[in-house]
Amino acid sequence: MELFANLALGFQTAVSPMNLLYCLVGALIGTLIGVLPGIGPVQTIAILMPTTFSLPPVSALIMLSGIYYGAQYGGSTTSILVNVPGEASSVVTCLDGYQMALQGRAGAALTISALGSFVAGCFATVVLAVLAVPLSELAFKFGPAEYFSLMVFGLIGSIVLASGSMIKAVGMIVLGLLLGMIGTDVTSGVQRFAFGIPELADGIGFVSLAMGLFGICDIINSLEKKQSRDILKGKLAGLWLSKADLKASAPAVLRGTLCGSLLGILPGGGAILSSFTAYMLEKKSSRNPESFGKGNIRGVAAPESANNAAAQTSFVPLLTLGIPPNVVLAMMAGAMMIHGIQPGPRVISSNPELFWGVIVAMWLGNAILVLLNLPLVGIWVRLLSVPFRRLYPAILLFCCIGLYSVNNNTFDIGLTAFCGLLGYIFHKLDCEPAPLILGFILGPMMEENLRRGMLLSRGDPSVFFTRPLSLGFLLAAAAMLVMLALPAIRRGREVAFKEK
Amino acid sequence: MRIRHPKDFLSGLMFLLFGAAAVFFAADYDMGSSARMGPGYFPFALGAFLAALGGTLLLRSVFWAQGSRPGPVLHLKPLVLVLSSVVLFGLLLRPLGLLVSTTLLVVVSSLASHEFRWKEAFLNAAVLIVVVLVVFVYLLDFQVPVWPSFMAVRA
Repeated sequence: MELFANLALGFQTAVSPMNLLYCLVGALIGTLIGVLPGIGPVQTIAILMPTTFSLPPVSALIMLSGIYYGAQYGGSTTSILVNVPGEASSVVTCLDGYQMALQGRAGAALTISALGSFVAGCFATVVLAVLAVPLSELAFKFGPAEYFSLMVFGLIGSIVLASGSMIKAVGMIVLGLLLGMIGTDVTSGVQRFAFGIPELADGIGFVSLAMGLFGICDIINSLEKKQSRDILKGKLAGLWLSKADLKASAPAVLRGTLCGSLLGILPGGGAILSSFTAYMLEKKSSRNPESFGKGNIRGVAAPESANNAAAQTSFVPLLTLGIPPNVVLAMMAGAMMIHGIQPGPRVISSNPELFWGVIVAMWLGNAILVLLNLPLVGIWVRLLSVPFRRLYPAILLFCCIGLYSVNNNTFDIGLTAFCGLLGYIFHKLDCEPAPLILGFILGPMMEENLRRGMLLSRGDPSVFFTRPLSLGFLLAAAAMLVMLALPAIRRGREVAFKEK
Repeated sequence: MRIRHPKDFLSGLMFLLFGAAAVFFAADYDMGSSARMGPGYFPFALGAFLAALGGTLLLRSVFWAQGSRPGPVLHLKPLVLVLSSVVLFGLLLRPLGLLVSTTLLVVVSSLASHEFRWKEAFLNAAVLIVVVLVVFVYLLDFQVPVWPSFMAVRA
């Protein structure tokens, strides 16, 4: 079986003592930052990205996936214990998780969220490994026209991620594409929008943009709210699940896993959509839906499994097609590019040990979380009681030092502050930054494929509509736009986002 | 005329300005032809599209919006203090070194909190300096100037 040979290669790469250590450290500091209220995986990755730059690419990606899983798990911990979701995907976990905590069953909620995530992670790893090879072979048949249309499809999909108006989301995508144009044009060597600033010759640094829009901007926003948090007092009674809990949550975990694995592959899918869908499914299929929102363990098990499964399978489009389906994966893509790896179908053939190593590392990261974070949950809880006024200067400081270390220059620090200001304006105007980040990542690739496609067709744009696959992607994108614009669905989306 | 949806109006204006700026600067770059696109082609098209989108949003907020919504509420204190603490750190790191710039960053950014206390901020700065020195300078070996440049001792 080729699949097993591949996975074996992955294990060989990932299970070196050094890489295991990086995975462990990543998972630890990921949880450490992710457990802070208001800080989710995206912010955590943005803040910690520079710490991985000095490592070789495989280790860096392994550490990043550790950070990602740690952050996601940290987010669930905050949702359950403090009722403050770190990010949109753990919003639904709050609904039943916090109620369970109030009933003194926080331990059970934390355990099922870790175990459910682990089961989901195992399944999704297999899905990823099975789908990766055929999909990347398919991707080799793509010409520039197909790639261009696929990117259009992926970008339209990112509108699903934004809760506000559609026009604004489209505007943010285009603005992101434009920001991606800054710097030296690869084909002609002309410097665009650099205004004679030498540091902009290579474009806006991805770390600065991500840290500004997510890290710094979110700190400012939390400072505006002036709220004090209620920390759950009292002890975490046993982490063990009762038999009844297990019986109730096992099928929920499976349903969540399937739902998440499927939705994770779609553009715009990923953790948020899948956890919402899994929760809704669970509630609809339940014999007494009114018990949801009052501490039903199935309401924790399903979305937590779903968001983890989706987190894993959303690597499929990134690693096989080079299209990040959501913001977290856009961060991963950005980090890969900084290490000189262009995500896409070539990774699997040119860098098999990296590809399979990362897949296995993600699974390992999951396992480490179960083994490590559950016993350490007491420490995470104590961390929650450190007041925000002491934490955020520390986060700012680590951001600044990390930024300086990327290129050893202070320009990046100023640029990040500027991006923080931009992020603040976006936030005040209800323009969500997620589509912008995707546009920024895809911009240069999109332009290159457009140029090549038009060159091959001698300037005839019909090439995008006459090649069947390309047409298919464009039609799918159009269908998605229409669906999003339909009043019924729009209302449904508003309801879904309101329920947060 | 009344702006019913100020947030949409302002975002429209923002997109319009960004789009117009992109069009303005991209017009200086070589456009090429549609078969051989120059560096100006794609940004010009994107800029024009963004400007049109912004214009639509702007007009819609004035003429077609239903009901009226509140405008953005700004709290300038955290914004200004946090951003300026970061900029200060960037400006002072090279000339004054890590110790001084860290203290400034922590104290200035702490001012943004409504629970600010001088003593606590300086204490926090002291603790963080130790953490940074141990973790970043000694363990991770980041190349960061620690002392002010006029006091630097070449090792």
